[in-house]
Amino acid sequence: MAEARLPKGSGGGPVGGQDLAAPETVRTRSRWADVRQTFVSNRLALFGLVVITLFALMAIFAPWLAPYDPVRDQFLSERFAGPSAEHLLGQDELGRDILSRIIYGARISLTAGLAAVTFATVGGTIVGLIAGYAGGWTDAALMRLMDVLLAFPSILLAIVIVSILGQGLTNALLAVGIILLPQMARVVRSAVISVRERDYVEAERAVGASNYRIVSSAILPNSMAPLIVQATLALATAVLDVAALSFLGLGARPPSPEWGAMLTDAFRSGFGVFTEGQHAIIFPGIAIALSVLAVNFIGDGLRDALDPRRRR
Amino acid sequence: MLLGVSVVVFAMVRAIPGDPAQILLGQAATPDQVADVRARLGLDQPLITQYLLFIRGALTGDLGDSLVVGQPVTTVLLERFPATLELTLAALLFAIAVGVPVGVIAAVRQYSLLDKITSVVALTGVSMPIFWLALVLVVVFTVRLDWLPFPGRVGGDVAFTSYTGLYLLDTLITLNFAAFWDVLRHLILPAVALGTIPMAVITRMTRSSMLEVMNEDYVRTARAKGVVPRRVVFRHALRNAMLPTITVIGLQFGLLMGGAILTETIFGWPGVGQIALESVNRRDYAMIQGVVLYGATFFVLVNLLVDVLYAVLDPRVRY
Repeated sequence: MAEARLPKGSGGGPVGGQDLAAPETVRTRSRWADVRQTFVSNRLALFGLVVITLFALMAIFAPWLAPYDPVRDQFLSERFAGPSAEHLLGQDELGRDILSRIIYGARISLTAGLAAVTFATVGGTIVGLIAGYAGGWTDAALMRLMDVLLAFPSILLAIVIVSILGQGLTNALLAVGIILLPQMARVVRSAVISVRERDYVEAERAVGASNYRIVSSAILPNSMAPLIVQATLALATAVLDVAALSFLGLGARPPSPEWGAMLTDAFRSGFGVFTEGQHAIIFPGIAIALSVLAVNFIGDGLRDALDPRRRR
Repeated sequence: MLLGVSVVVFAMVRAIPGDPAQILLGQAATPDQVADVRARLGLDQPLITQYLLFIRGALTGDLGDSLVVGQPVTTVLLERFPATLELTLAALLFAIAVGVPVGVIAAVRQYSLLDKITSVVALTGVSMPIFWLALVLVVVFTVRLDWLPFPGRVGGDVAFTSYTGLYLLDTLITLNFAAFWDVLRHLILPAVALGTIPMAVITRMTRSSMLEVMNEDYVRTARAKGVVPRRVVFRHALRNAMLPTITVIGLQFGLLMGGAILTETIFGWPGVGQIALESVNRRDYAMIQGVVLYGATFFVLVNLLVDVLYAVLDPRVRY
């Protein structure tokens, strides 16, 4: 597990600027310019950013880009027809255009992943802030609860949560949000604890700032770096897990062109998919793998850029 | 810890909507029949009593009867567990056998082409949806190449006596090599599908901890003394670098058990993962409770084992 590391210097903190750790060479660039520089010089991270941007554009402009309707345009006689000029990625078990379904699926799969991570990040930040800032038994109780949640194999926990909430995409992404929440809480908590006793927080307290003000102006901004990295990496997991739940029939339901659901629909249509419908398996999977890979590249790049100790 | 787990499991399972008695009897049941079954299942007791009964049962290995199968949950789990264990261990073995050497080589040859390829491939492995990988493996190795069988654990025409439920072991101790070969061939695809993500994680971890260790003073000292490079890598560096890797391997168990649900569903593998999904779909309370409780317990125990292993391997750690 990547431990949260202290951000060197401070982005928006009141007493920012130079930190105790003296840089080997004098840098005159600002911290964020520096981060950007490091990130951009990482070719894999840049590649990830390009891929994700393309997927995002695909999702936004789906109605204009997709040659067919993802659900209604069924050509039953062309079941599992291979890639052709009319259907670049071939057709699925109901003769629907796979390319169009993947394009529309980007809307569902990526939004669901993003929503799950947003839920986990907001929830985890709140839990982590309270635990780290309050300390004592509040901290102990909250973190024990998080440990218990982490003790479950994540997909298994997600499955049980979905069965409580009921099947469906919204509940599936909530379940994924819940299983991702503990790790976000841990990252925020350790970041909070590491800055809690800093002088600038002490200074805020000395001038009589309220707890809310101390947290929002001094602690939160200085805990951002590890949180951003963790959230990005969690997005990769979220997209995968939402797709996995849909694949198990617990998330998006047919005829939704969600990528995991596309795979399960093809798989459940019988053994024929393995012989005639191979493209119906391969392409939706590539969409999932490629988007997750891109997000992972970005996350790794951000981690290297935000953590000066990992620079090469 | 396990107490917390048991409370959460109990609370979650009770929170699943739908009255199990009603589900058991079907829609046509009269209210009297439903009440009768509820009493028999102990569902009419106060929640705290139900919880205490559940704990007592869990400790004595009695988790009640599966509502759907009609057999005791423990029996079903014990029957299914070997299949999952065999699959999980095979996947882990694959992950370690590939992940550790590749990670070591990548670290020793840092920045070489091989290292770069390894890094990208490992990150790709982490990003792989395993249910997709499983399907692609079937397409390539079963349909296209016709090398490996699909689905199931063993071919229909293969017969052998099962003592342990671990088919590889069973066929080996009965010296039934034809069956052993068949079972092994059935095991390869699901194990590779399930083991790929852990393999990628282990590769990454081994590489980074090897890099760290290779910069340590004692490695430099060993080199300066003129110890042969191979011995430096394996004897001085690898042993120390394995510590973080072992932690990661322990954590992979949770992932493997989750992944087993997907893998077993695809490969028609009669294990715990398959029954986990089935019991959720059929609202089989007792079964879900048992699967989740034992899953979490197993996970916690494996991590405990990792801690103990840590103390054995690292003389600095003493409990």
